Formats: sequence, C-alpha cells, structure tokens
Amino acid sequence: MLTERRLNILVLALLLAVPLWAWIANEPFTITLATRAVIFAIAGVGLNLALGTGGLVSLGHAAFFGIGGYAMGILASHAQAYTAIFEWPVMLEGTKSMPIIWLVAILASALAALAIGALSLRTSGVYFIMITLAFGQMFYYFMISWPAYGGEDGLSIYVRNGFPGLNTLDPIQFFGLTFVILLLVLGLVTRLRASAFGLALGAARQNEARLRAVGIDPYRLYLLAFTLSGAITGLSGALFADLNRFVSPTMFSWHTSGEIIVFIILGGVGRLMGPVIGAALYVMLEHLLGGVSDYWQIYFGAILLAVVLFARGGLIGLLVGREVAHD
Amino acid sequence: MTFVLLAEQVLNGLQFGVMLFLMAAGLTLIFGVMGLINLAHGSLYMVGAFAAAATAAATGSFLLALAASLVAAAAAGALMELVVIRRLYGRDHLDQVLATFALILIFSEGTRWLFGSFPLYLDIPDALSGPVTLPFGIEYPRYRLAIIGIGLAVATALYLLITRTRIGIQIRAGEEDREMIAALGVDISRLYTLVFALGAALAGFAGALIGAIQSVQVGMGEPVLILAFVVIVIGGIGSVKGALVGSVLVGLTDTLGRALLPAVFGLFMEPSAATTVGASLASMAIYLLMAAVLILRPRGLYGSA
Repeated sequence: MLTERRLNILVLALLLAVPLWAWIANEPFTITLATRAVIFAIAGVGLNLALGTGGLVSLGHAAFFGIGGYAMGILASHAQAYTAIFEWPVMLEGTKSMPIIWLVAILASALAALAIGALSLRTSGVYFIMITLAFGQMFYYFMISWPAYGGEDGLSIYVRNGFPGLNTLDPIQFFGLTFVILLLVLGLVTRLRASAFGLALGAARQNEARLRAVGIDPYRLYLLAFTLSGAITGLSGALFADLNRFVSPTMFSWHTSGEIIVFIILGGVGRLMGPVIGAALYVMLEHLLGGVSDYWQIYFGAILLAVVLFARGGLIGLLVGREVAHD
Repeated sequence: MTFVLLAEQVLNGLQFGVMLFLMAAGLTLIFGVMGLINLAHGSLYMVGAFAAAATAAATGSFLLALAASLVAAAAAGALMELVVIRRLYGRDHLDQVLATFALILIFSEGTRWLFGSFPLYLDIPDALSGPVTLPFGIEYPRYRLAIIGIGLAVATALYLLITRTRIGIQIRAGEEDREMIAALGVDISRLYTLVFALGAALAGFAGALIGAIQSVQVGMGEPVLILAFVVIVIGGIGSVKGALVGSVLVGLTDTLGRALLPAVFGLFMEPSAATTVGASLASMAIYLLMAAVLILRPRGLYGSA
C-alpha cells in the first residue's frame, strides 16, 4: 500500500539517488538539472505555505524569487568589482560568502513580503490574485528601468559564491548544499504546520468567520504566513541565481510566479511534498518535451490543463488517492 | 515643458486609457457575470492583432482587418468558453488561474508556431495617417485621435447595450443572481458564451487598433492584461463605469509620469540622476496609485462592499 508518507520518502530518495548516479557516471548536466529541480522545489514549498496551508493564491511570488536573486547579484557584483555598495552612513561592502548572501536574501524578501502582504491582505479572493500579480510586475518594470545593476541585461557573476569548507563549483557539492537546505525547509514547514500557528492558519483557510469567533485575527496569521512564504521563496531565488551565476529581470516576470504555482498543482495542493514532486516533474518535462519540439510549451500547456480539469489532486492525489480540500 | 507638449501627453494618456478600457471592460464583465478570473484575456488581444495583420497583408484593407479582428477574437473566445472555461465556473480561483495560464501557454506557442517569432506590422490606413492640427496649435497624429474617438464610441455603445437592451438586462441580472435568472427561463449557458465572446471581441479589437501603432508579436497581450488588472482593482471588480474611470486614471498616470517625473526631479538633481530616478519611479507610478486606492478603498472606487 502506497501511503503519502512512503511516497514522500521514495521521492526524496530518488531526488538524491539520480544526481549521485550521475556523479558516478560523470554526467554533470544531470546533476545541474537535479539542482534546478531542488531549487524550484524550495520556491514551491515556500509558496505552498501561503497557498496550500493558508489558501492565499499569490500570483506575485516572482517578486520574492527575484529579490533573492538580486540580493546575490548585487552583493557578489560589488565583491567581484571591489567597490562598496554605499559608503554613507556606514561603509557596506559586497560579499562572495553564501551564508551572508542567504541571510540578506531572506531578510530583504521577508521585508518585501511584509509590505506587499500588509497591503494585499486588505482584500481577498480575486482582488488578492490581481494585486499580488500587479505588485510582482512593479518590481519587474522597476528592475528593467533601473540601470545601476544591468537593467534589462541583468548581471553576470563570474565565479560561484563560496561556502566554508565546500567547493561550490563542483556540481555534486553544490547539489548537496541545496538538497540539505530543501530538507531543512521541509522540516521547518512540517513543524510550522503542526504548530498552533499552522493549525490556526489552516482553520482560517477553511472558515474565517469561525476563527474570528474564537478570538483569533486571521489578518495577522495570513500576514505572518505570507512573510515566511516570501522569505523561503527569496532564499530559493538566491540559490537559483548562484546556480546560473546570472540574474536578470526575467526572475521577476509573472511567468515565474505562474510556474511556481504550477509546481504545487502538478504535485498536489496542500501536500507537504507536492511542490517537490511538481518541481521535479516540471524540470523533467521541460527537458524531455524541449528535446522533442521547440514549441514544447503547447504540450506542457495541454498537460497542465488536463491536470487542472481532470486530476485535481495532482500526481500525489493520483498515486495515493484522497483529495485534499483546498480553496 | 510647454503647454503644447503637455496637451499632447494628456491626449496620449487618454488614448492609452481608452485602449485599456476595451480590455478591462471585457475582463470586468466576465468576472461580474460568471465570477471567473481570465488570465487568457491577453491572448484574445493577441489573436485580434494577428488576425488583423494577416487580413491586412492579404487584402490591403484596414476596415476588413478590423472586422477580422472582431470575428477572430469573438470566435476564439467562444471556442475557449465552450471547450475549457465552461468547466471552470464552479471551481475555485486557483483552478481558474492555472487553467487560463495553461491557455496562455497554448495560445502563445501556437501563434509562434503559425506565424513565427518575428513581429508582423500593420500599416495605418492613408486616410488616418499624418498629423491633424487642433485648437491652440496642437499637432496630433490623426490615427491616435481616431483611436480615442473609436474607444469612446465603443464605451457609449457598451453603456447603451447594458442599460437599454434585453441582453443588457440579462447581463445585469446575471451579476445580481445567477440562479434566479436561470430559474426565470434565461438560457444561462448561452448568455455566458455570449458575454465571453463579447469581452473577447473587445479585447481583439483593441489588439488590432494598437497593432497599427506597435508591432504585432507573441506575448503582446500580457503587459496590457496586467495593466487591465490594475485598472479593475482601482475601478472595482464588475463595474464597467469603474473600468472606464480606472482606465483613464491609469493611462494618464502612466503617460504623464513618464513625461513629467524626470523633469520634476531635474529641478533639484543632476540631469543624469534625475532621468534615472524619474524613469524608475515612473515605471512604478501606476502601482503606487493602486496601493493608494487600496489603502483608501479596498474594494475599488466603484466596487460594491
């Protein structure tokens, strides 16, 4: 009997086994694909906290993904050019150290999520979708029209940033780093979902009025969930930028927001591992269909449409059965 | 900045706003009547523009091209509604977002496959090319002035359709209470297809009109779609009047912001820094406008509470 728990372990084992096999068989490209899937999975797990647990359909998470990316781009570009970011009121220099970059990415995207969330959560439903989409686009156009960090062309970083004790340029070591982060994030989200906050958040999704009646303000729950969700997605943005050693406004594009939602829906909404399975599936489809036809997005669109219309529980729902309610 | 230049920018903003209205009116009607959020509305805009460009290339007639944009977009809209959208009415917004996102991928790549990646061009007809002189010595392109006129005419026609005709009564009743008008014997699924095709035709028409100013290319609908969302958030979902007011506000804010902000910052900054800061802020102006409206009226200017 395939339970969701067994499936989760199986998926994580596969996600670890494929790049290890590729490392032994000396196929670095496969390792890069797996790293891409893991980073997308982190972005999806972040969004799933707001979307799956809290029922907040954010179509603007590209903003946090992009902020994370630019946190890396800006810090590393100053470090590689030996210039200060600003000299007044305090001297602030760039850095090539991953832990510092991650911290900045998490803080910056959490701050942005707090501001966007505080405004957007004044509304709900369709308004919320449209507003998060619009704020995401605001960052996109701002980054294009702001010439200091490459504008439309983006920023290239020549050497991947460092992590103490690791050679991050070795694909398998960088993969290991991202995989550990994915495990940490999954652990954090599991604990959050089981905590009083997570339970109240789930209750807010199911019945806001009832939650209010027992004296809990849903707005603050939603805002906290949205901020945490943005921070996790921001961290994945910094990792994604480091994987490509390149950031551009495309990271802010609303297609990115759409894709992060797609990871969740392909795997299964509201499931812990939904985004992980979805992201792995997306990277596989992108690679396989991309090899078949230049117009692979037609086929991908058709698959997505079929999943939404006929397989609402996503892949986990198909394999394990029992749909998880979402709204 | 002289008076003439300012007047030209105001007219540009009005022209932009009127075009946004054609997009936003369809979106807001579709949401008001069917409760559906349609991301693929921008694809219908693109379908209209491509149909017009292909027809103009084949026949050389701009009028035929405009007619083709209406027919093609309405047909694509009706087909979209019958095959996919119909299954989404009872679903939650997440499913609607994803299904229409999938439709965008299919439409965009399908168009790229049919027409290639290179942009097409649609020429302005001879009768409407060249500038026209307005009072106070303002020179303005005849075609852009015609767009403002056409847009206002369409807005009036839409107003009459909704307030004076039987279809309009059904649309308004559908916004109030879907079950009730179905119980009164109105064929609700036919009404839904009709509203969807009407919204699609308006979007396609806008695409064709703008196609003659800009190039006709894949993905042209998406920036306009997102601006139309901003318009709807400002105006209030479901309100056609709100869509009109919101469109003009967004059109004027964006155009005047781009024209004026660099000059305003130039008053107290170095020219190069002023251009940079002004341009960056101008690109955010409409979103700041949206944020301001949200703080004051979370349901939009004309939204129902």
